[in-house]
Amino acid sequence: MDSDDDETGPVALARHTTAAAKTTLQKRQKMSHTDATEEKAIKAFQHDAVKEYGRGARVPVKSIKAKRLRENMKRMENKYREGAIQAKATELLLEETPGYLEAEGLEKTYQFTQKAILKEVDVGTAKKGFELKLPTFGPYCIDYNRTGTDLLIGGRKGHVAAFDWRSSSLHTELQLNETIRDVKWLHNSQFFAVSQKKYVYIYDLKGIEIHCLKKHIEVTHMEFLPYHFLLGTIGNAGWLKYQDTSTGNLVCEINTKMGTPTSMSQNQRNAILHVGHAKGTVTLWSPNTTTPLVKMLCHKGPVRALAVDREGYYMATAGQESLISVWDIRTYKKVHSYSTPTPANSLHISDRGLLAIGWGPHATVWKDALRTKASSPYLQHLTPGNIVEDVRFCPFEDILGVGHAGGFESLVVPGSGEANYDALELNPYESKKQRQEGEVKMLLNKLQPEMIALDPDFIGTLDRRKPEEKDKERWQEAEKRIDEKIKIKNRQRGKNSALRKYLRKSGKKNIIDEKRLKLEGLKEQRQRLAKGLAESKREELGPAVARFYRPPAR
Amino acid sequence: MKVKAISRSASTYAPQGTTSAPVPRNLNPALHPFEKAREYTRALNATKLDRMFAKPFLGQLGNGHVDGVYTFAVDPKVLNRVASGSGDGVIKLWEMTDRSEVYAVRAHDGVVKDMCYTDDGRLLTCASDQKVKLWDHPSNMQQESTRDGVSPIMTYLGANSFNSITHHRYDKIFATASSSITVWDVLRSDPIQTLSWGSDSITTVRFNQSESSILASAGTDRSLVFYDLRLSIPVTKLVTTMSTNCISWNPMEPFNLATGNEDHNAYIFDMRKLDRALNVLKDHVAAVMDVCYSPTGQEVVTGSYDRTVRIYNAREHGHSRDVYHTKRMQRVFSVAFTPDAKYLLSGSDDGNIRLWRAKASERSHVRSTRERMKLEYDEALKKRYQHMPEIRRIARHRHIPATVKKMAETKKIELASIKRKDENRRKNEKNMPPRVPERQKVVLKRID
Repeated sequence: MDSDDDETGPVALARHTTAAAKTTLQKRQKMSHTDATEEKAIKAFQHDAVKEYGRGARVPVKSIKAKRLRENMKRMENKYREGAIQAKATELLLEETPGYLEAEGLEKTYQFTQKAILKEVDVGTAKKGFELKLPTFGPYCIDYNRTGTDLLIGGRKGHVAAFDWRSSSLHTELQLNETIRDVKWLHNSQFFAVSQKKYVYIYDLKGIEIHCLKKHIEVTHMEFLPYHFLLGTIGNAGWLKYQDTSTGNLVCEINTKMGTPTSMSQNQRNAILHVGHAKGTVTLWSPNTTTPLVKMLCHKGPVRALAVDREGYYMATAGQESLISVWDIRTYKKVHSYSTPTPANSLHISDRGLLAIGWGPHATVWKDALRTKASSPYLQHLTPGNIVEDVRFCPFEDILGVGHAGGFESLVVPGSGEANYDALELNPYESKKQRQEGEVKMLLNKLQPEMIALDPDFIGTLDRRKPEEKDKERWQEAEKRIDEKIKIKNRQRGKNSALRKYLRKSGKKNIIDEKRLKLEGLKEQRQRLAKGLAESKREELGPAVARFYRPPAR
Repeated sequence: MKVKAISRSASTYAPQGTTSAPVPRNLNPALHPFEKAREYTRALNATKLDRMFAKPFLGQLGNGHVDGVYTFAVDPKVLNRVASGSGDGVIKLWEMTDRSEVYAVRAHDGVVKDMCYTDDGRLLTCASDQKVKLWDHPSNMQQESTRDGVSPIMTYLGANSFNSITHHRYDKIFATASSSITVWDVLRSDPIQTLSWGSDSITTVRFNQSESSILASAGTDRSLVFYDLRLSIPVTKLVTTMSTNCISWNPMEPFNLATGNEDHNAYIFDMRKLDRALNVLKDHVAAVMDVCYSPTGQEVVTGSYDRTVRIYNAREHGHSRDVYHTKRMQRVFSVAFTPDAKYLLSGSDDGNIRLWRAKASERSHVRSTRERMKLEYDEALKKRYQHMPEIRRIARHRHIPATVKKMAETKKIELASIKRKDENRRKNEKNMPPRVPERQKVVLKRID
């Protein structure tokens, strides 16, 4: 029996297994086909997720030698990746889809008038297109608040009005009998700033004057940085000033030394202020430096208008030579440019990247005009006889507000606004209680002015400089500090010089620090001068030998 | 023309007559600028709030003792009972829920040196009057007897004054330390076994509560000796640079133990590998008088002659997580964790028994989900940004008494000077012995 089994067993088994293998192979092939497509789709999804929601490039984990650190970093990277994938998955829950406007047949979108669009859209949207005829006090500069619920308009000749434009209810209306150059909402729709003939004033929603900012004189442009609670202003004298609106302190005043500015805009990504000047340069400012972070020559004439997109990738500038240039502000290079028949007065970029241009009595909207070069505009609008002063997209709505000499117009621009808002960030439908709570949260999370930098994510990153470089910087800083401190009269005669006196008075004779070294350096220099020697040892040695001279180590 | 514009109906986004409006989210990073800066600011605020809420001192138990409190006994099975022994021979039992005294009795004629709970909740005390006494659980006593005066149910007489006592985890035996270690049966008045190695007096003896036949003792001859009751002979002896004052076994890792040393440090040893310490817990500026492991085995609390109590993470770098002190607290001779690991007790020379929070900023109330989530989020933020200079500065800042600060500074200078001298010698002398790691320095000799 056993031997029989032994002979037949393996053969039968082999037969059985080959048959089974065949069927499973077929099955597997079938399965693998579907599996492969599915896997591919999953991979593509994950790739997209990391690209859209990821936090920059992965850290090369394998090259880390320390075992514990490597494992920690690996875990962290996986966490980030997982987070990105989950964030991507939440896109399913987004309720709204962005608007669109498509031409059919021989139509072109720029041929559609507002009248035609308003006829086609739903009733709710149609109500949003309206016109305010205010011919007396124009031209009007405008500003939407951050949630897009309230509108502020300021007429050059002294008329200010703040209203809820959705329900067309007026909050306040002021007749200031003074020139108004700019208006700006502050962190929410409870306060706004108006730059008047001489000073900047802050009013509350009832129109009561709360503050007069006497340090801000003849301001032409204002920008409000909501996360830092900073009101940035620049006036005719070219002084850029940052006022903290939560504490009331003037954070800094910087002389741009570029004369009267012609335009200003903020980068929402990193809170850097972009200022356009009469000589065609655009300078980028933070409150932490007295010199511009970046200086770009953008146009041959004055930069009449500026706009930066929400992601902080592109900047559009309008020059006196009737050109509109688009710049990549990651590389500071020109991407392409458009021309307008007359120089543009105003530019704005919507949340979804539509570019609005106000030129002459026209407002033109360009779609896909930043990354790629668009061949024709998306929409056009003409307000006959009224020069456009200001164009602004309304946040979270498909609306473009146009302030011009004859009043204000609200245009429907489908596809311009962000359809899905984040209620924990900005909520257009917030209740009073939510607004109040949000204000407290905003104040608690207020960012310090020192955190403003070109790269907004620099916090928590490593300082990768070599220790020598860091040292060098420390030395330079110390020297600067000392230079500020030491003011010594250069007396020629007598042994009892002011420098000696200073050295004597400052005591601590056996402590050698930066200050002491600096002073001693000064002393030596003076002695050499007095003796009629060259100013430094190097100079004394002459060019041939000087290169072998090494100064004594500090 | 095909056209569609954003049109949200106010009735869905802001429904009338309800407080629960929808909260739509959009995780697009462009809608959430300054992510890192805002997170950092939140972490900074969380750290500041943590320090603001850090109020570790809860109060004292009753009116304390007349003399210094030199020992505690915490029953690991019961949350609300703690016993304390004082220098004048009085023992007191405390009700922890209202911090009141259950009974006080003059138990001994000398200093109550040590006390411990038996497996069935009875109290053993030993003192310098050469006696060990066994006290019954108060629920078994007559009501009036607790008020009038309590008498022990058993007294054991020894030849020398006792320094330390410890009970076996579940067998009915206990060990005492005097000039030698004596093992007793609870039911018999004569010792059943005597263990010794070396002739000096033994200051502390502790049963391992998990590996229950292992016994560790420390003596004035700078020795740390391990015994196994199954072998009835000493197993290992470790000679340290200075003498060990106290021992506490890790309740979760049976082979690890913490010792408090005269040299201002606490050490964590692995019983299996005694040639070096697992960790050195520094920061005290005087001898560590008592050490106690948290019931979780993660933390160690030490009480010191420098009038402070310090809490350490046993596994992390050897510096204290927190330091507790008050103006009136004198030299701390006994510390203990409560069995729920949430509170600390410290007994000091001034006769008070102080109750502290183990986490200074934690509160014990029932939390709403929202509050709990906020705290968890804050905790994660603090951990993430703990290395940022500002946050680290705020998180580490503690107010300590001027004397302790001064002493710490002096100590730092002294140690730096010793180190400098050693380095100078190494530069100029040949045949210097190799450098000894800090964790190895404490071990002088190991005898098996």
